[in-house]
Amino acid sequence: MRKATCYVSVWVALVSLLVMAIGCGGQGAEGAGLLQPKGRLRLATTTSLYDTGLWGYLEPIFEEKYGVELDVLYAGTGIALEYGRGGDVDVITIHSKTREQQFVAEGYGVERVPFAYNYFLIVGPEDDPAGIKGMTPEDAFKKLAETGTASFVSRGDDSGTHGKEKAIWKSAGYDDYEAISNAGAWYIEAGSGMGPTLLMASEKQGYTLSDMGTFLSYQGKIDLVPIVDQGSILLNVYSAIACKQSKSLDMATNLVNFLVLPEIQELIGNYGTSQYDVRLFTPCAGAEPQS
Amino acid sequence: MTELWDAIVEAVRLIVSLDPEVMEIARRSLAISATSCTIAILICLPLGSLIHFRRFPGKKLLISVIQTLFSLPTVTVGIIVFVLFRRVGPLGELGLLHTPVVMVIGQAMLITPVMLGLIISALSGVDRAVSETATSLGASRFQMMVVTVREARYAIMTAVIMGFGRAISEVGLSMMIGGNIAGFTRTITTAMLLETSRGDIELAMALGIILILIALVINVALNRLQQK
Repeated sequence: MRKATCYVSVWVALVSLLVMAIGCGGQGAEGAGLLQPKGRLRLATTTSLYDTGLWGYLEPIFEEKYGVELDVLYAGTGIALEYGRGGDVDVITIHSKTREQQFVAEGYGVERVPFAYNYFLIVGPEDDPAGIKGMTPEDAFKKLAETGTASFVSRGDDSGTHGKEKAIWKSAGYDDYEAISNAGAWYIEAGSGMGPTLLMASEKQGYTLSDMGTFLSYQGKIDLVPIVDQGSILLNVYSAIACKQSKSLDMATNLVNFLVLPEIQELIGNYGTSQYDVRLFTPCAGAEPQS
Repeated sequence: MTELWDAIVEAVRLIVSLDPEVMEIARRSLAISATSCTIAILICLPLGSLIHFRRFPGKKLLISVIQTLFSLPTVTVGIIVFVLFRRVGPLGELGLLHTPVVMVIGQAMLITPVMLGLIISALSGVDRAVSETATSLGASRFQMMVVTVREARYAIMTAVIMGFGRAISEVGLSMMIGGNIAGFTRTITTAMLLETSRGDIELAMALGIILILIALVINVALNRLQQK
């Protein structure tokens, strides 16, 4: 019996250690802790806002101001909308105007609130093998499709950026996106967020469409340069929407309002400027920017 | 290969300096996996004994099914748990998606087949003579079962180590239902995935080294129990 008692007591000790570890896990400050997700607000953000580190920067400020834990989920626009519809997140910040408007129109979102914008650009290897530098986005895409030798890495994940890419193809005259995605080995669907897609494009020394913010914040990790950066179609507007299915609609609305507060708008505008000498995001306080 | 050396140096630096972020995710990995492992033991030891000691039709088939589930991909369990616990799902009211609790549940589900199958296998490996001798000496059915389990304790501990290993090393499940939320559901494995996708290879490798070290420490501890 001695051995059994020894066994049991060791297990009891281990288990109680675990319980303590879990109990003290996380921030420890909130009493609710891990078992009840009270006092936590869930945000699904487009990958380009996350990869730039903007949310990492704003998160503590918001948490301090409202006394909640902000959980930031890294998701493409497609998944973010799905989470929002199901009420698995309380707020979404994405960049796909038509889908945002549809989300609100279908009754899942309270209101679409644009809060910042920047531009997309086509980036690629310095030697520009497809010779598309300085062209309009549509002409550049046309040339890529016609020559079919230089690699193009698509997000391929139903994200806002992916949506913009499809819009450019359409504007360039390629209505059938299926045809393009199956056009050949040169068209690569990464199925990943913006950061990983840039890394892949750099590895393959190919082209890709990226938002300016993520591209800049990945300097030093990738071997790509801006190739095409002029064109009204490249406007990239980020909006925040509070999800009606949320159980914390008040706090969700707080987050949306937080993003358009003058002092936060200023922070957003200045974010990264000391590091990159250029704005990563231009604030637009709830109004749709004109390109 | 300089990356490997840099990674080792980085790992040592992170451990020695008790880097708070790394400590936090290491503690979380350990807590979640150890808890799910404990829950799995509490389920699998009685259940495994039941299956082993009873005769019933379809027993062989059941064991085959259990062994087939060894190959259950982590993302498959992830999808199942996701569908169960999302807000519009049957258990959605609990609001457990993207919390450490649902990760514990998911991991327990993941490792139960492995642990169950290996425990049944461990018990089957005990010489018949043991249970027969016990019974002939007047042991009750329950006492006979206890004796057999004791005899198989070495192999059962291996089953536990195996289950724990599977739990702490998995990433697909944790990503899907945990969401890799910084400061809340990020574990060593999900952090490794994130850092790699960010191009921060050294940090990812360093985290991997730390994970192996944790597994080593746990294994040494469990081994000491095993030898007793």
